[in-house]
Amino acid sequence: MVLYIVQRILAAIPVMGFVALFVFLLLRLTPGDPAAIIAGDTATPDQLEAIRESLGLNEPLFVQFFSWIGQLLQGDFGTSILSGKPVLELIADRMEPTISLALTTIILSVLIAVPLGVIAAWKQGTLIDRFVMLLSVLGFSVPVFVIGYLMISAFSMQLGWFPVQGFKPIGEGLGQFFHRIALPTFTLTLLYIALIARITRTSMLEILGDDYVRTARAKGLPERKVLMRHALRNCSVPIITVIGIGFALIISGVVVTESVFNLPGLGRLTVDAVLSRDYPVIQAVILLASLIYVVINLLIDIAYVLLDPRIRYA
Amino acid sequence: MNFPLNMKLKPKGLTGLLRGTMFAAAVASLAMMAGMADAQTLRAVKHSDLRVLDPILTTAYMSRNHGYMIFDTLYALDENLAPQPQMVDTHTVSDDGLTYTFTLRDGLMFHDGAPVTGADVAASIARWGERDGMGQVLMSFVDSMEQGGSPNEFVINLKQPYGLVIDSLAKPSSNVPFIMPKRLADTPSTEAIPEQIGSGPFKWVADEYQPGVRAVYEKNEDYVPRSEPASFAAGGKVVKVDRVEWVVMPDDQTAFNALQAGEIDYWESPPSDLLPILEANPDVTVKNLNALGMQTIMRPNTLNAPMDDVRIRQAAIASVNQKDVLDALVGNPELYNLCGAMFVCNTPLASDVGSETLVKGNGMDKAKALLAEAGYDGTPIVIMHPTDVGTLRTQPVVVAQAMRDAGFVVDLQAMDWQTLVGKRASQASIADGGWHMFMTNWVGADVFNPLVNNMVNGKGPDGGWFGWPDVPKLEELRTAYATAPTLEEQQSLAEEIQKIAYEQGVYAPIGQYFVPSAWSNNIEGVLDAPAPLFWNISKK
Repeated sequence: MVLYIVQRILAAIPVMGFVALFVFLLLRLTPGDPAAIIAGDTATPDQLEAIRESLGLNEPLFVQFFSWIGQLLQGDFGTSILSGKPVLELIADRMEPTISLALTTIILSVLIAVPLGVIAAWKQGTLIDRFVMLLSVLGFSVPVFVIGYLMISAFSMQLGWFPVQGFKPIGEGLGQFFHRIALPTFTLTLLYIALIARITRTSMLEILGDDYVRTARAKGLPERKVLMRHALRNCSVPIITVIGIGFALIISGVVVTESVFNLPGLGRLTVDAVLSRDYPVIQAVILLASLIYVVINLLIDIAYVLLDPRIRYA
Repeated sequence: MNFPLNMKLKPKGLTGLLRGTMFAAAVASLAMMAGMADAQTLRAVKHSDLRVLDPILTTAYMSRNHGYMIFDTLYALDENLAPQPQMVDTHTVSDDGLTYTFTLRDGLMFHDGAPVTGADVAASIARWGERDGMGQVLMSFVDSMEQGGSPNEFVINLKQPYGLVIDSLAKPSSNVPFIMPKRLADTPSTEAIPEQIGSGPFKWVADEYQPGVRAVYEKNEDYVPRSEPASFAAGGKVVKVDRVEWVVMPDDQTAFNALQAGEIDYWESPPSDLLPILEANPDVTVKNLNALGMQTIMRPNTLNAPMDDVRIRQAAIASVNQKDVLDALVGNPELYNLCGAMFVCNTPLASDVGSETLVKGNGMDKAKALLAEAGYDGTPIVIMHPTDVGTLRTQPVVVAQAMRDAGFVVDLQAMDWQTLVGKRASQASIADGGWHMFMTNWVGADVFNPLVNNMVNGKGPDGGWFGWPDVPKLEELRTAYATAPTLEEQQSLAEEIQKIAYEQGVYAPIGQYFVPSAWSNNIEGVLDAPAPLFWNISKK
């Protein structure tokens, strides 16, 4: 197992290298000039040239690339072309809202969706099953921004229970933190409940027809034990996969939710950087997102082994 | 078979009610605590994010607004658009009109505690003069600038008399001649200044700055305002709140909700479709603060055929009806003005010469005739269409349709604004990715005279503005305007410039519109101004 993990980490290095090269070239080949954005409407060609020179944008591409890679290897992600702030600082500032939203959403979703999926499978064809499926279809079909606005309208504007927008770090008090993160969490949770409950139900339905479940029931085990110990555990692999990928998706940025609730997360940082052609920020955020996917996939693979002893990696 | 979870779903009766009440009370008290802590913090949602902190390096309006917070100016325009002293106490002009001596008023200090000196002023004006169009004209007349006999004196020696020295120093919009410490002003004008130290009424809170999230300013307790009442950008800059936070909200609906819920105090530019709802709210004030408004323009590229033919440019302009553009862009006639004045309606230089077809919308026949006369061969006209900016995505569609109606073949190319900004700097041919036309918007104060209005620059490909019309006569007239001794002569020259600019089809204003701001009635003292200003505002 340890060897497998080491191999996976080593295999991630060329993946990250390829991502770095791809992102770098893609950005340089995209129309748009950060110097023109900085200079504004009245800059003369000479002034634009001088700004490009001062930003190092006139260097040959390979010089710029290797200079950037050299910085990365020393842990330096560079500075934002526009604001002049270190990229790492910009990302660090945006991590807390993003991770907070990801954790609260995934935890709440799992707590609600897995039992719902299990119940729906257990009571297949009943009203409960149909209700869960209806919820699932709604969660998938209704755009997140619609749910967000409805939440704001009901719980902020009408009832006044929650603020309309904004984020408070957990360091400023748990009350303030949950007060602000609640509505975006509920909004995203609906989507993830739909996803996880559906996968749970489908996986459970497959397992509940298996011989060993029939055997467990024939042995006289309580239904709760049959469902939770035998069935759910054996169908946990696809559920864990969906949860892991869902977590990675939120970490990579949920721009719409962040915009509707004005959360200063990574998604908005990425979009802002793309729109302003802030190369160092875009490069760093995409590298980070790739790294998150690699790490989460690794964690999912490890979880497979822990949850299902039949799975072994060579 | 019983499932344990069922037990949890039963209602709790009185206990549940009590818990719900306690929860609601806790939420309410949290909100109250937050409100008490924020009593003297003014929260504003601006039109965009503050990304570049150097208001001389860039012309971005957010950077200009930031400059107004932390820097001060030598002069500023009052509500009559007349320059009034701001940092300056008095000034004298020598009899030959060549030497201006300025004395700074007492008590001016930078945020690091250093006094403002003539050396700081000289360095700041020199850096501004490298970047700004009006500043460059001023510099062409300047022989030398230096600190005077005492530290609070500043002297400008001219090569020849120039009537717009004070007007230049009072320039209200990008780039504004802000005064900064010499050590910052000595930074090359193509690089950003490394610190945000000014002598203005607010101090920059660097630790709390998060690009894309918020910018924070605190009251400069050491600032000594002038005694006159605030007027436009002039007068006493009396700060009446402890802090100002510019909060970035990318979604208009969120800002709309936040203003109505009292989470923000001020919203710089709500979209016009939300204004009726805000106006109906008794707790919100909606008002246009900038009487000069915005000028939206179409700009042809004179380098690329067939737009290199003046008749084709004239035909394109003649085909456009301002009302069609403004109805689509703004909708509400109370928020727009049919205005063909290149130097903005309701200003001393306003004139309608040459603009009849635009304003009356009766130029279609003229456009068709001009196209026929020019022998237009159906070459597609490439119009750049920025689809990501709400105030710029409409005009290209309307103009393209008008041009098609006149007989043009139009290639409307969708792109994001930053791609347009990069592409418009290219003088390449169409085959190599060049362009024929784009639209943009200007704040009225940035186009209200021939020196600040970039579009009437006739310098051509070397030194001209994007589109690069090569019209030497325009340059002659602009130079004459710069030295014109009286307003009457300036008006006459401005009208002549406008006439030639229309004749040459260098650009066309396709409407003037206004962007009201909205604010909660818990604040008062919001100023009419060329940019959103945050002094004079108190919060209840």
